[in-house]
Amino acid sequence: MSALTDDTLPMTPRAMRDEMIVFAILAVLLAIVPFTGIYPFFVMQALCFALLACAFNLLIGYGGLLSFGHAMFLGTAGYVTAHALKVWALPPELGILIGTAAAALLGLATGYVSIKRQGIYFSMITLALSQLLYFIYLQAPFTHGEDGIQGIPQGHLLGILDLSKPTVLYYVVLAGFLAGFLLIYRTINSPFGEVLKSIRENEPRAISLGYKTDQYKLLAYILSGTLAGFAGSLKVFVAQNASLTDVHWSMSGEIVLMTLVGGLGTIFGPVVGAFVIIAMQQYLAGFGQWVTVIQGVIFVSCVLLFRRGLVGELAHLLRRSL
Amino acid sequence: MQALYAQLLVGLINGSFYALLSLGLAVIFGMLNIINFAHGALYMMGAFVAYFLLNLGGISYWWALLIAPILVGIFGMILERTMLQWLTGLDHLYGLLLTFGIALIVQGVFQNYFGSSGLPYAIPDQLKGGVNLGFMFLPIYRGWVVIFSLVVCLATWFLIEKTQLGAYLRAATENPTLVRAFGINVPRMITLTYGLGVGLAALAGVLSAPINQVRPLMGADLIIVVFAVVVIGGMGSIMGSIITGFALGVIEGFTKYYYPEASNTVVFVLMVLVLLVKPTGLTGRAA
Repeated sequence: MSALTDDTLPMTPRAMRDEMIVFAILAVLLAIVPFTGIYPFFVMQALCFALLACAFNLLIGYGGLLSFGHAMFLGTAGYVTAHALKVWALPPELGILIGTAAAALLGLATGYVSIKRQGIYFSMITLALSQLLYFIYLQAPFTHGEDGIQGIPQGHLLGILDLSKPTVLYYVVLAGFLAGFLLIYRTINSPFGEVLKSIRENEPRAISLGYKTDQYKLLAYILSGTLAGFAGSLKVFVAQNASLTDVHWSMSGEIVLMTLVGGLGTIFGPVVGAFVIIAMQQYLAGFGQWVTVIQGVIFVSCVLLFRRGLVGELAHLLRRSL
Repeated sequence: MQALYAQLLVGLINGSFYALLSLGLAVIFGMLNIINFAHGALYMMGAFVAYFLLNLGGISYWWALLIAPILVGIFGMILERTMLQWLTGLDHLYGLLLTFGIALIVQGVFQNYFGSSGLPYAIPDQLKGGVNLGFMFLPIYRGWVVIFSLVVCLATWFLIEKTQLGAYLRAATENPTLVRAFGINVPRMITLTYGLGVGLAALAGVLSAPINQVRPLMGADLIIVVFAVVVIGGMGSIMGSIITGFALGVIEGFTKYYYPEASNTVVFVLMVLVLLVKPTGLTGRAA
């Protein structure tokens, strides 16, 4: 089995410095968005998906586990947060906390089942589990079926920040994204992350070295699901609804696509991929189902022509790790 | 009781489709090491080819049973030659991603031209009506689907397990390099295997056209259930795929009668239970 990425060696100081510089540029660019006249809703949406794709990438890029059901975390956290805000009238911070906690619990339950099988079976199991949840949400009364939960009040974060103001909401979402991103970055470069990479490269050897690989995989899965859920909770404030679209298999496919386009196993790839795919959907919204066809074409061409993705190819060209 | 038997029959029909599709997935996985995500889309193409043959060419259902699998099989072989073959030696997941992309393209194109609603396909005259079996009324077409699928499944089993060609195939699954050394053209066999698996999916599509209507997304949700069937049964054994497919269809039928709310989810729940009790699947070897 060939490796997904080139980064099998531990971080060098130079690579670390490169990545921190890129991260700083990214943070500054994102911070000045409200002053540029760019539609903030678009960037906020893209940021939520970027965090989602980064969380997904933690699992595939560093653990070698392709989850085809990550929409279940997005949707579950979204529904729970929306319900907490609208029906229980909880403040935003508690809504986000409960939504994210729900995703973490879901990660524990589905992770325990799905990591029992490896490789391609893992992907099929996660897909089937997310379809199971889709049907449950379709029938559960609190999700309001096809209509979804709509008109969600945004409220005041910590009682002071008025989230119904686009600029305030933007910086809250940005802060959430950056915090999530740094947490993933820290995880990847921790001893835990190194063990994950070793499992990806050669699981039997990792086992023979004494690592309980199932525990590592489960922990990575739960972490990934929790962060994906956090992104889902944030997205509720942006979209102000929670619907079945977020739990559907096509959403899981889009998450995979974003990460693949940006570059599996690259640090910034999922962010770039999310912006590219969300922008594409915005501009091609009038073309109906052709968007699906174009997504399919991108999938096929990515797999056949540039498996490293945009950022991966760039990093390879510059011989840097990005 | 009438209603229970009717649901069991529906279950057997769904089971036929699960069996035909999971059989194809297993055969393809054995040779190509690829989980064919496009299987549902190709199943849908089979139904559409039958629809076109009837409505544009006036070609009957019986010919469609033969022509549709061949045409879709050729389409599949073109896919294999132009795209899938380049994935040899890469991680499994790329095969899944590539075929997922193909499924999106095929389903998207059909949705553009035919929307999402169903097109009717008439039951052929010879199979119209039904017989009263005493304990239930059996629509002839439905009985035909179950029996014909069973025959096709067993024929495929016979082809792979009991013939010379099947022996080559099984040998190439175990060790392609060695089989090539014996002078057998393994790449051609891989292409034909993909064609065979895809043809089985298209055949299931033709069979389902008069029952489920012809819809661009008819295979999209089905393939996910079939994945669960494959996880439950494991892909190690052909007979295992057939039995698991039919059995799960029947269980689904029972569920529709006794607890209809769970009929969509019962296969997935069973998958979870099997994973908890016997993680390798009922017939499968360790992955």
